[in-house]
Amino acid sequence: MKQLMRKIAPLSSTERTVEDTTRDAVLEVRGVSVRFGARDVLRNVNFVVREGEFMGFIGPNGAGKTTLLRVILGLLTPTSGSVHIDGLPARHGNSFVGYVPQKIQLEPDTPMRARDLVSLGLDGHRFGVPLPSKRRRLKVDAALAAVHAQSFADAPVGRLSGGEQQRLLIAQTLLTKPKLLLLDEPLSNLDIRSAHEVVNLVAEIAKEQHVAVMLVAHDMNPLLSVMDRIVYLADGKALMGPVDQVVQSSVLSQLYGYPVEVLRVKGRILVVSGPGTEASAPEEEPLSYVE
Amino acid sequence: MWSDVFHAVFAPGFFQNGSVRQALLLGSATAILSGMVGVFAVLRGQSFAGHALGDFGATGASGAFLLGAPAIWGFLTVGLLGGTAMDVLGRRPRERDVATGITLTFILGLGALFLYFDTTHSNTTGAPMTILFGSIFLIDPALVPITLSLAILTLMLLFVLYRPLLLSSLSPDLARARGVPVRVVSILFMSALAMTVEQAAILIGALLSTALLIGPAATAIRLVKRPGQAMTVAALVGLLATWLGILCAYDSYNWPPLHRGWPVSFFVAALLLLFYLAASAGATSISRVRIRRNPYRHFPQTWKKVASPRERGDA
Repeated sequence: MKQLMRKIAPLSSTERTVEDTTRDAVLEVRGVSVRFGARDVLRNVNFVVREGEFMGFIGPNGAGKTTLLRVILGLLTPTSGSVHIDGLPARHGNSFVGYVPQKIQLEPDTPMRARDLVSLGLDGHRFGVPLPSKRRRLKVDAALAAVHAQSFADAPVGRLSGGEQQRLLIAQTLLTKPKLLLLDEPLSNLDIRSAHEVVNLVAEIAKEQHVAVMLVAHDMNPLLSVMDRIVYLADGKALMGPVDQVVQSSVLSQLYGYPVEVLRVKGRILVVSGPGTEASAPEEEPLSYVE
Repeated sequence: MWSDVFHAVFAPGFFQNGSVRQALLLGSATAILSGMVGVFAVLRGQSFAGHALGDFGATGASGAFLLGAPAIWGFLTVGLLGGTAMDVLGRRPRERDVATGITLTFILGLGALFLYFDTTHSNTTGAPMTILFGSIFLIDPALVPITLSLAILTLMLLFVLYRPLLLSSLSPDLARARGVPVRVVSILFMSALAMTVEQAAILIGALLSTALLIGPAATAIRLVKRPGQAMTVAALVGLLATWLGILCAYDSYNWPPLHRGWPVSFFVAALLLLFYLAASAGATSISRVRIRRNPYRHFPQTWKKVASPRERGDA
């Protein structure tokens, strides 16, 4: 256990050198715990995402990713701890947060063009009917261009591919001028090529528009080339840091609470259950968090 | 010669008849409203709820007959109550059909009881026919201003809800994150839907009120690809079906077998089915032409032609 502590301890110092603290913190998650009845869904989660940073938010299914996302969106009040976005407590309807849902339900015949979907980013939350204007059109065109969607701007949304719909959702979110772009499993329904396109697009937006990005995924591999840091969530607990520091057999075994092994194969990372899972269950000791 | 054709199409007295004029006025208002609201009902997958609302209205109207009150208040009260109940019970999309079904069966059972009392214990023998198949030529003139103002109010409500309704129909999560009161929007739309369906139920009957809601909307979304256009086309299709339906019903006074006229609701429903089939056939051939001209039109980046095994020479 002491060895483990020593291994995790340098993490916070390395993390400080990697994390550019001169940049403004856009999202601050401090000691967030969520309990549903007797079940701890999140336990003392801490991390910071800064301006222009690409943060990968990785964890297996059931780790509590969706719950944490709901807390950040202000749709769920944590049992304890706090979430601040641009210095203000999280609340729903915060225009600083651009949320991109996992997928949208669209029938092929949905009477809506790509452009109509994107324009909801301008004023979709307001009551009343939109009035067409040149300024509106230019803004929508710019958002479409930012996601390279000009070629299908007038196509019916219901007939576009999952990747194209995902890009439109990103475009409509950009129109809200977010400081934090929150993408919920955007890659889970996409083929490899579309996933690659979406990842590069999001990285480009983070760099060019100085938006903090938090991308939720259960597989970190498509993100390895673009993400600055990683938040790894398992069993309701989270670790933050550079990928190489966090994704190690010893660190993740401690996080999961049972032995896992991290394999690096041809530049890709696999997390598999470790040898002798039943034989040597790790000691139940509190984890030292990166803080 | 032309006047012969004219008289064959418009039977004598069509334009002079007061109840025809009133039917055209009310029918137009209801058709426009139903078409526009219908686009959202289809977009949100609430066709079944729309149909259930018509049946709720029937229960309300038969209750109203029993009390000797005007049917319109029965239609509206039970429609609004039932709509709210469905919305509250069916919070998640998957629960929605079950909630609709459960609310529907209970209220229909109540309706059966009321209709039984209507026909056996009071002297309103025509009640079931009026409620189930409408009474567009027999509306009390005193109700015309009420019905018209309700239609205008409902349309205004729809326009106020327009953008948040679109957003929450596409993704409730996204709408909620953007600060849209999704629950409120949903209940308000259900109320608008109830008002629309009940107004149609008074005119063409509870059983077919959904025809005017879903038919024009389904036709419109086959033809156009923008929400505003779909609403306009749906309203126009509804208007056309209603006008032609009223005309046919008026002309049918001379038709066999009874020489008493066929019901308007039959003509409206039949015309709407015809329009929908025509639009579907049209849309299919249009998209075939488009694909022949440019197969990758909507899929410029992702779609590439993949060789079949035979073309690759595998077979």
